[in-house]
Amino acid sequence: MPQLNMVQAINLALREEMERDGDVVVLGEDVGKNGGVFRITEGLQTQFGPERVMDTPLAESGIVGASIGMAAYGLKPVAEIQFLGFIYPAVDQISNHAARLRSRSRGRYTCPLVIRTPYGAGIRAPEHHSESCEAIFCHMPGIKVVMPSSPYYAKGLLLSSIRDPDPVIFLESTRLYRLMKEDVPEGEYVVPLEQARVVQEGKDVTVISWGFMLHRTLQAVEGFDAEVIDLMTLNPFDEETVYKSVRKTGRVVIVCEAPKTGSFASELSASLAEEMMLHLKAPIARVASYDVVLPLPKLEDYYMPGTERIRKALAEAMKY
Amino acid sequence: MAACMLSFYHMPEETIASFSVRRLAVLDEKGNIDESLMPPLSDGEIKRLYETMVLARTFDQRALSLQREGRIGTYAPIAGQEATQVGSALALEKSDWVFPTFRENGVYIAVGHPPHMILQYWGGDERGLKIAEDLHIFPVSIPVGTHIPHAVGAAMAAKYRGDKIGVIAYFGDGGTSEGDFHEALNFAGVFKAPVVFICENNQWAISVPREKQTAAKTIAQKAVAYGFEGIQIDGNDIFAVYKATKDALAKAKRGDGPTLIESYTYRMSDHTTADDASRYRTKEEVEAWLPKDPILRVKLFMEKKGLWSDEYQKDLEAKTKAAVDEAERKAEAVEHAGPRDMFAYTYGKITGRQRKELEDF
Repeated sequence: MPQLNMVQAINLALREEMERDGDVVVLGEDVGKNGGVFRITEGLQTQFGPERVMDTPLAESGIVGASIGMAAYGLKPVAEIQFLGFIYPAVDQISNHAARLRSRSRGRYTCPLVIRTPYGAGIRAPEHHSESCEAIFCHMPGIKVVMPSSPYYAKGLLLSSIRDPDPVIFLESTRLYRLMKEDVPEGEYVVPLEQARVVQEGKDVTVISWGFMLHRTLQAVEGFDAEVIDLMTLNPFDEETVYKSVRKTGRVVIVCEAPKTGSFASELSASLAEEMMLHLKAPIARVASYDVVLPLPKLEDYYMPGTERIRKALAEAMKY
Repeated sequence: MAACMLSFYHMPEETIASFSVRRLAVLDEKGNIDESLMPPLSDGEIKRLYETMVLARTFDQRALSLQREGRIGTYAPIAGQEATQVGSALALEKSDWVFPTFRENGVYIAVGHPPHMILQYWGGDERGLKIAEDLHIFPVSIPVGTHIPHAVGAAMAAKYRGDKIGVIAYFGDGGTSEGDFHEALNFAGVFKAPVVFICENNQWAISVPREKQTAAKTIAQKAVAYGFEGIQIDGNDIFAVYKATKDALAKAKRGDGPTLIESYTYRMSDHTTADDASRYRTKEEVEAWLPKDPILRVKLFMEKKGLWSDEYQKDLEAKTKAAVDEAERKAEAVEHAGPRDMFAYTYGKITGRQRKELEDF
């Protein structure tokens, strides 16, 4: 079984799905000849041709808008937005159209579209290249938000996302792209959407995370009897897995890369307060980035949650 | 003394691009046509164009009264734009795709979306936008201009699949100021998408007149910047609309790329029933457009051709009124959807949380 990093795993997922399904097309800035700025789409244009792997003009709203038309027509477009920080011109298309087309037409038209975009800090990039604004898209009924945490799950989740009948925002951590390799099977396997996974079992505290922060979490929980959950799909999130774990441990720490206020950690926290209050032994803790404008690389390490901050929250929870 | 080393080059400025914009008109206000430009239409087809415009206008007037009586919600009237909407829609083939705005009731009627469903939609019920499987018209898009890229994407998809179809995107003069208009035209030019952009230039975007929307002399010329042709037509001349649309669709299906049609017309009514146009434009301006009426001139033309009589008109009006009565009756007889309906179409499958939320009912 090949050992692949996340770039290679996503590339493999795209290649295999394009071989299987002629309706899958790829479009975005620099995705063709250049293979994408992170090389995710490397070799796809050579294999499938420029009609199927399209270098588009530099226009995010146009990319997503055209993808919506393609999806409604019957294709399964996989659009790339080069960085999450540049997605804002397309948010109108995502929120006002992709999310609503099924409802607006009462099921006559659907929008089986995937928007892949790299997110997150930690690669020493210029301003706007490090955002983690996933919560915005979780506030759009009709949109699904998926954030893989490793090569194996990236491939399986991307296949599920492409086959899903609804629009999916697929957020790939730039920090994870080449951080690790793991066994990624060739050929057919899917990881279902809307299901979280228990990465490690534990009795004392539930730690919920996703994307790159899962790795920080796994380092931080050493020495604690922690149950770690990789949420994988943020919206709609897997309430059952989360609540089952919290019912068992009675303590919960949520770790996310976004600034705390209005983050998806906040939604989880509110849901847990509503549903699990009577099972809780300790206050719910959110370990998030600070509520400041995302700094340039020199201050980046102060900004994002590190293992120390996560450990502190775990120790605090264990006081109860 | 050393020889002078300076050489003199002549580098004249030259014009490297220039453009012109064609304007097409076939039928004048008195009902005269230019035979050489007249599209090949049978008497039956001419009657169909006329009768569909009459239906669209009758429907529009009824919708306005229903709004005033509080029986439907805010409504966007189409009066004055019947030729643009009906003429272009009847130039479509069944397999072509259409992307309208919120002011295209004439288009919906012409392509065969049932009038009672249009009323149902304006009455606040999304089920009115559930288009029949054999029609390829998109639901109403309220945000201005943002549906135009969808038309381009559908056209790109059709091209990718090798389907010989054309796509129309409708929008107003105000819509051409939106970024998505420009992104869409740019994509269409780059990918040579089989799409026809129809700008219904009705001179007003709510209260802002056309000359404040753009400093360009025409809207048609904006196509030039994206590498394809733009043409202005008399938008109150249904034969010009029909011909320009047919030609542009044929060109798209030949693989020769997109066209922008600026259909020069006038919004005779308020922007919507929530608007009062007398706040920003004069009665005289509106009255000056009355003789240019798109239905009147076809009537005059048909009269000259012996296709129109008082009896025909009376008959047509009775038929049309009956159709609109029927639409009104059917729209009001539709059973209330109930709350389950809003949960059923957010995702392909209802979510766990939605299932719990449904327990509230």
